[in-house]
Amino acid sequence: MAVAIQCRDLRKTYDGKVEAVRGLNLEIHAGECFGLLGPNGAGKTTTIEILEGLLPPTSGHVSILGHTWQQNEREMREWLGISLQETRLSEKLTVRETIELFASFYREPRSSGEVLEQLQLTEKADSWVGKLSGGQRQRLAVATALVSNPKILFLDEPTTGLDPQSRRQLWDIIRAFQGDGGTVLLTTHYMDEAERLCDRLAIVDHGQVIAEGSPADLIERLGGHHVVEFALSSNGGASAPGILNETWRTLPSVESVRDEDGLVALSVKEPHLAIPALLGAVQKQGRALEHLTTRQASLEDVFVRLTGRHLREE
Amino acid sequence: MSVAQETPTGPVLQKPTTVRQNGRWSGYRHLLMARMLELKREPEVVFWVFVFPLLLALGLGIAFRNKPEESIPVAIVAGRGSGEAQSLLARAPRPEPFKVQVLNAGEARKGFRLGKFDLVIEPNGNGGVEYWYDPARPESVLAKTQVNDALQAAGGRNDVIATNAVASSEPGSRYIDFLIPGLLGMNLMNSGMWGIGFALVDMRQRKLLKRFVGTPMRRGDFLLALASSRLILMIIEVGLLLAFGVIFFHMRVLGSIAAIAFIAGLGSLTFGGVGLLTASRAQKIESVSGLINLVMMPMWIFSGVFFSYERFPAVIQPLIKALPLTALNDALRASILEGTPLTHQWLRLMILVVWGGISFLLALRWFRWT
Ligand SMILES: Nc1ncnc2c1ncn2[C@@H]1O[C@H](COP(=O)(O)OP(=O)(O)O)[C@@H](O)[C@H]1O
Ligand SMILES: [Mg+2]
Repeated sequence: MAVAIQCRDLRKTYDGKVEAVRGLNLEIHAGECFGLLGPNGAGKTTTIEILEGLLPPTSGHVSILGHTWQQNEREMREWLGISLQETRLSEKLTVRETIELFASFYREPRSSGEVLEQLQLTEKADSWVGKLSGGQRQRLAVATALVSNPKILFLDEPTTGLDPQSRRQLWDIIRAFQGDGGTVLLTTHYMDEAERLCDRLAIVDHGQVIAEGSPADLIERLGGHHVVEFALSSNGGASAPGILNETWRTLPSVESVRDEDGLVALSVKEPHLAIPALLGAVQKQGRALEHLTTRQASLEDVFVRLTGRHLREE
Repeated sequence: MSVAQETPTGPVLQKPTTVRQNGRWSGYRHLLMARMLELKREPEVVFWVFVFPLLLALGLGIAFRNKPEESIPVAIVAGRGSGEAQSLLARAPRPEPFKVQVLNAGEARKGFRLGKFDLVIEPNGNGGVEYWYDPARPESVLAKTQVNDALQAAGGRNDVIATNAVASSEPGSRYIDFLIPGLLGMNLMNSGMWGIGFALVDMRQRKLLKRFVGTPMRRGDFLLALASSRLILMIIEVGLLLAFGVIFFHMRVLGSIAAIAFIAGLGSLTFGGVGLLTASRAQKIESVSGLINLVMMPMWIFSGVFFSYERFPAVIQPLIKALPLTALNDALRASILEGTPLTHQWLRLMILVVWGGISFLLALRWFRWT
């Protein structure tokens, strides 16, 4: 499969101090939707802006469709559609004027009417940008990227801060672009977005990829299929939590144990084996269950498993 | 020889999209159009660039207009000889425009103290008069001299030297004539610095510059569009203010329109270059605002916008003359008021070119798009 975006050993150190990206490798195939998932400050924006050729890396190698920014910048710009994490477009231009302006930079742009239609902005075509809602502004930002008729679409946190309906609208637009053969690289700190939208993703933390694969694959490999969460009633004279956690870990089909202030979460492959064993073990300890739930594992569990932190802490 | 067989290869992935071709200058044209639309839709810009200078010219032009010769208010103290004094004044050979009131002594003095009269004449009853005047008030001193001349002439004094006085309020030598080219220069500086410097930092802060750089937009076209929008505004600014001066104050424009437009255009570009330099690195509009004011402040004071810089000490005159706004104001005044040809102004034009050119080159080195 053709490689659309590739980077090797990418590093970026701001002002000689802040190591935002620390040796990052990616290979994104043509036609796939690839996600960079990570908490705030993980280095997602820095990475995507280096790939977009907007920020020089401290070291490392980047190639887009086999070309490098040093050799072929102007030509490469014709192939990309970009939406930055935070751009405030001119408030006193209309939606149509804004799209026409961006279209004018490309040799062979799409017609703005068609893009307006696709992004459901036709009604707002003659409104000033300053009068748009958050969701409409974000769609306009994506429209300015799509009007170039790009081969690759870069979206930095496209749905952050949007209401659920606007998010779903944007997902549909991204899927449609991909369905037409486009390649997408997006960053997000929403797990559900990554799970539903991305073919593959890289989980980024502290400027490094800590896991990579399809969402289902990551969950299976690292999250277990299911999560069993329970709490025990407090009962004096019981064993220390560390010893207890050892007990849980040895139960059949349990892959990992996490204890958060008495709420224990087990990553479990097969609940029908694990749960009866758990009940037995609790009884043997002379304790009682205060709470028990099971649910499908999510990327959040993968992230917590990998880092010991939640994605959206702080 | 074989005929190459052309077969379509590969699946058609893209659904058919309406593709159009853009020419070399399409980006420039759209950038310029967007900029002009934005300016037009910004009421503050319209006010500060177009309306404010006109108001300033109107206000100052009226405040410092050359007054028509005014009548001089004098009081004559009623009593013996007051009627005689009054008729003498009226009989003066060249009747001065005196406004005479005859009052009793108390009222006359009170009116004088309040500034209602410039002079009080008190006949002493023997054909002579006594003047009450205030040596600290120029108009009072003037009134005393003029009344005395009129009385003596009416009384039969003969002047031995023939004199002839010509009043000078010719267009070209009045305050408003001095002021309007100064306002023009100041306005070109203001709108150049703000229109380029502020606009760029604002776009940088909004990450719009970065977004533009993420497209195949030519950076030179972007700067060219910004400069073009300045020149278009310049034509309107200069045209409005000059037309205003001509229509309302009967100002005379001696230089050619082309020469004035050339100087104004050069001035616009010079301050555009300085604006670009102040904006080359600043990330926040607050910091660039301070910087712009700091750069403009000395020129507001020293460059002779509202009054002549000749009043400053001789030692700093060369420094003042090296300031770009001084050069611009002097060139505009010489061209508009005296019709001095451009070839006689090359030093001033060079000063503008050097300031603009050096600023532009430094800005290109330091400019940050992100
Ligand atoms: N221009 C900059 N100068 C200095 N530090 C920066 C700059 N931009 C980002 N950083 C730092 O680099 C790290 C990664 O930031 P970023 O790439 O924006 O992360 P993310 O997009 O994942 O939230 C953060 O610690 C951030 O504070
Ligand atoms: Mg970010």
